[in-house]
Amino acid sequence: MEKTITIRRSLLIALLLMIASAALFMFYKMGNSWEFALRFRGMKVITIIVVAGCVAFSSVSFQTLTNNRILTPSIMGFESLYLLIQTIIVFFYGDQTFKVLSHVDNFLVSVIAMIAFAFMLYLMIYKKGKDNLYLLLLVGIILGTLFSSLSSFMQLLIDPNDFFIVQGKMFATFNKINSDLLWSSLIIMVIILIIGFRMSKYLDVIALGRDQAINLGLNYNRVVKIFLVLIAILVSVSTALVGPITFLGLLVTNLTYELFKTHRHSVIIIACCLVSAIALLIGQFLMERVFNLSVPISAIINIVGGFYFMYLLLKVKKI
Amino acid sequence: MRVVVFTIILLMLAAVSLFVGVADVSAAVVSISRIPRTAALILAGVGMSVSGVIMQQMTQNKFVSPTTAGTLEAAKMGLLIFLIFTPTAGVSLKMLSAFLFTFLASMIFLAIVRKIKHRNIIFVPLVGLMFGGIVGSISTFFAVQLNIVQDTNAWMMGDFSGILQGRYELIYLTLPAIIITYLYANKFTVIGMGEEFSRNLGLNYNYIMNIGLFCVSLTVSSVVITAGAIPFLGLIVPNVVSLLFGDNLKKTLPIVALSGAIFLLICDIIGRVVIYPYEVPIGVTVSIFGSIIFLFLMLWKRL
Repeated sequence: MEKTITIRRSLLIALLLMIASAALFMFYKMGNSWEFALRFRGMKVITIIVVAGCVAFSSVSFQTLTNNRILTPSIMGFESLYLLIQTIIVFFYGDQTFKVLSHVDNFLVSVIAMIAFAFMLYLMIYKKGKDNLYLLLLVGIILGTLFSSLSSFMQLLIDPNDFFIVQGKMFATFNKINSDLLWSSLIIMVIILIIGFRMSKYLDVIALGRDQAINLGLNYNRVVKIFLVLIAILVSVSTALVGPITFLGLLVTNLTYELFKTHRHSVIIIACCLVSAIALLIGQFLMERVFNLSVPISAIINIVGGFYFMYLLLKVKKI
Repeated sequence: MRVVVFTIILLMLAAVSLFVGVADVSAAVVSISRIPRTAALILAGVGMSVSGVIMQQMTQNKFVSPTTAGTLEAAKMGLLIFLIFTPTAGVSLKMLSAFLFTFLASMIFLAIVRKIKHRNIIFVPLVGLMFGGIVGSISTFFAVQLNIVQDTNAWMMGDFSGILQGRYELIYLTLPAIIITYLYANKFTVIGMGEEFSRNLGLNYNYIMNIGLFCVSLTVSSVVITAGAIPFLGLIVPNVVSLLFGDNLKKTLPIVALSGAIFLLICDIIGRVVIYPYEVPIGVTVSIFGSIIFLFLMLWKRL
């Protein structure tokens, strides 16, 4: 009982912290044209919240499904496919890219391609009667490697000036968000998160291991498939909206487990959403206002997440 | 007997490879461009597939290879660091830098693998790929700062079209690595069984481990510097050979080496012919065939 109260209190603290960091981000040094600043920054805050929700839920549930803390769903080929699509578009249209294909079209093409890819992958593995998640992942990564070498080949042929369009897509930014896309992504994110949250009790059972879950009467394969579909949608939406942030999921899930010391998914999922939002808000604030760095935040996250991952791998006694 | 057959196939392909190309065949073209290219292809093919075997033996996991252990990414990082700090220094320093980084990364990877207890066999390459992704993202971070992302991609794209006499000799460094591997093949298998097991058999565990790492790092870094990254080779060639001919390393190692070279020559010839008179870099052809073969093995052959 006491534990529930402390958990509730920590969740409340996290929520307050998130609101505080959003406020700091919104209202710090607004300048004269405060209406514009508020609108512009408000969009960024909402984008960050959408991405935080997508990354948090997909990473937490993915790590539970695969029963480890060092994998993220984005390595499964989603991001390399996204970059391949962007490269192909620039390869064919060059500096006309933005004229030919609007942001909305680009978003739709990317999301549909990524979700189709995920479904193909799932079908391929499950049709073979192999419900081995690691196999699914490895096949996804191998296809991802294929996509990356195809895109790096095309990138060599692209005019260096046009290449900067591709390079801009290689890192997530929260700066150039289209408002229509933002609202539809927000709606998708909220719907998926509600479904996912209602199913979070199954994750608690899956965390016990496959055999125990089946013994307890869970329709294991079906539930896993549903979660895989939810994960695919969330990862695709977040990647197509802002771009790849590979290691954010790794960083925030481990941080959340470290801070909240519980394994109840209903708590962990909410906590992880809050932690991701705080991390992104503070990170973006520091990047933009304090250090005035032009480095994309996802590059920083990848570096911090990367070193943290190394630390995890080398410090933990058993993986 | 098998070795003889494979050697004959290799020689035939090498001859074909000598005569494929845009320029008319003349003594100068052959000695300056064609022979170096074919030699580099054979050495790279042998070297990469043999390093795959060493890594698989040392980790006792058939999915470990320079592609799935972060080794190629580490070589890239070494090149990048070299270019940032001492861009004007010669090729030997470049080699040293790439070598040191691959050696270090392989050591870290092995340390990580030793901690993974009796898990699913696919878990090890997944960790390796994550590890490679991280090393790669750190390099990309610096490459973005310096605006050389496109250039780094260009170095890393496996491509033999730039190979000319006087510019590829570094790849002969793979020869000693290949010879050492042949001599130590069984010992690598033994240390893959674990530290105590190999101590009991009277082997110096750390010594053998370091020799293995040395061979892999030397091969991978010299191939990456001369031709760029060649993915999948170390992963699929040893696995196909062990499916067809079994696991007796002393017998199959020559076949692995020859098949690696044959596979690379075939991919190179296809790349040179398919959009003639232009060329598809071998990194692309190898990726396409390699990933298809790998998926086939995984999904249909129950590797």
